Amino acid sequence: MLAKRIIPCLDVKDGMTVKGTNFVNLREAGDAVELGVRYSEQGADELVFLDITASHEKRKTFTELVKRIAANINIPFTIGGGISELSDVDRLLNAGADKISVNSTAIRHPEIIGKIAKNFGSQVCVCAIDANFENGKWTCYTSGGRHRSDKELFSWAKEVQELGAGEILFTSMNHDGVKTGFANEALRRLSEELSIPIIASGGAGTKEHFKDVFVEGKADAALAASVFHFGEIPIPDLKSYLRSEGISIRIK
Amino acid sequence: MEVAVVKYNAGNIFSVMSALLRLGIDATLTDDKEVLRRADKIIFPGQGEAGTTMAYLHQHGLAQLIKDLKQPLLGICIGMQLMCSHSEEGNTPCLGIFDVPVVKFRPEPNFEKIPHMGWNSIREVKSPIFDPSLEDEYVYFVHSYYVPLTKHTAAKTDYVQPFSAALQKDNFYATQFHPEKSGSVGERILTNFLKL
Repeated sequence: MLAKRIIPCLDVKDGMTVKGTNFVNLREAGDAVELGVRYSEQGADELVFLDITASHEKRKTFTELVKRIAANINIPFTIGGGISELSDVDRLLNAGADKISVNSTAIRHPEIIGKIAKNFGSQVCVCAIDANFENGKWTCYTSGGRHRSDKELFSWAKEVQELGAGEILFTSMNHDGVKTGFANEALRRLSEELSIPIIASGGAGTKEHFKDVFVEGKADAALAASVFHFGEIPIPDLKSYLRSEGISIRIK
Repeated sequence: MEVAVVKYNAGNIFSVMSALLRLGIDATLTDDKEVLRRADKIIFPGQGEAGTTMAYLHQHGLAQLIKDLKQPLLGICIGMQLMCSHSEEGNTPCLGIFDVPVVKFRPEPNFEKIPHMGWNSIREVKSPIFDPSLEDEYVYFVHSYYVPLTKHTAAKTDYVQPFSAALQKDNFYATQFHPEKSGSVGERILTNFLKL
């Protein structure tokens, strides 16, 4: 049976993960490759690395980092952040990324999704959607949640599926960082209305939240950052808990 | 030992090269027919679309060459599908090493998602590339088309219905999943293949 996926997300700036970690033997802001290897050894099913470097010049450094990740990590990984044109996708896939994630660019220029799907296959194209529940509806935002767009979550998600996205990574801005659980109602609706896998993001605080996102939210995968980086929820513990709750999980 | 990786217009070749490097094998990525003919082991990897990849293999004289190889060859993902008789993807005639067609997953609405993406387990493993301890282990899949069960099935996986997770016939080995992305389990499968 297909397993539900657990995905740690690493924010990377100048080759280092920005959020601190308390892994033994790792620096406060860990080397991204070192941390990725550690997560894969612990049983992470995939990894997401987000490039939060602001400037164009530093993007080149990031490509070198992607090559190092690909050389050292034996599970699939997605690269996101700052992908604005097809040449960025080509560069990152050639550096060894398995998938790339587009967000703001997709909202501004939806046709990029179709271009990625046509040139590299739908399976490499993850469309990230950041949405906030306000005035009775889910509104999509760009630029890391700074700018409101005119897109509504469910219609936009259907549009990106039709354009050729292979997966949707939905982050609830209302739930992100609050650690009170994922946006299960919206996730369930996404999962039921779409035919591509849904990755849930935003809100993980306890092991039970992961169970809920798979059972109530019907998510295919769950992504989290700080609960893993700070060791609040060790991945092996999380996975054995989920399996004991009857959820299909890969145990290393 | 000379390991050659077939160079053609399929993606995700870099991960195979990296996985081999982690196992201490500096493989040669090539479409040079002589190099391919004399290599000890061949890996035929990739992600891609059946029609365009098959057309490329014909144009570059690689289709017949692959069929004629006598050393152990491991097809991965689209590589495995191209080794079958025909693919529903683009209605494409393929290499015909395995006499079985490749068909599209047709799940019930609101049931399974397509592509079949993520970790799933393999069962009833029977091939020198699988030691018995690999029974029920998880490996990484990404695909929308599949190979039905056949007499050449070397491992089964369940998604929508049971299908061929791996095939074997003579010197030809193939996996629908990506051993190069399947963690330590995948490394064991690659190591078993390299030991053949």
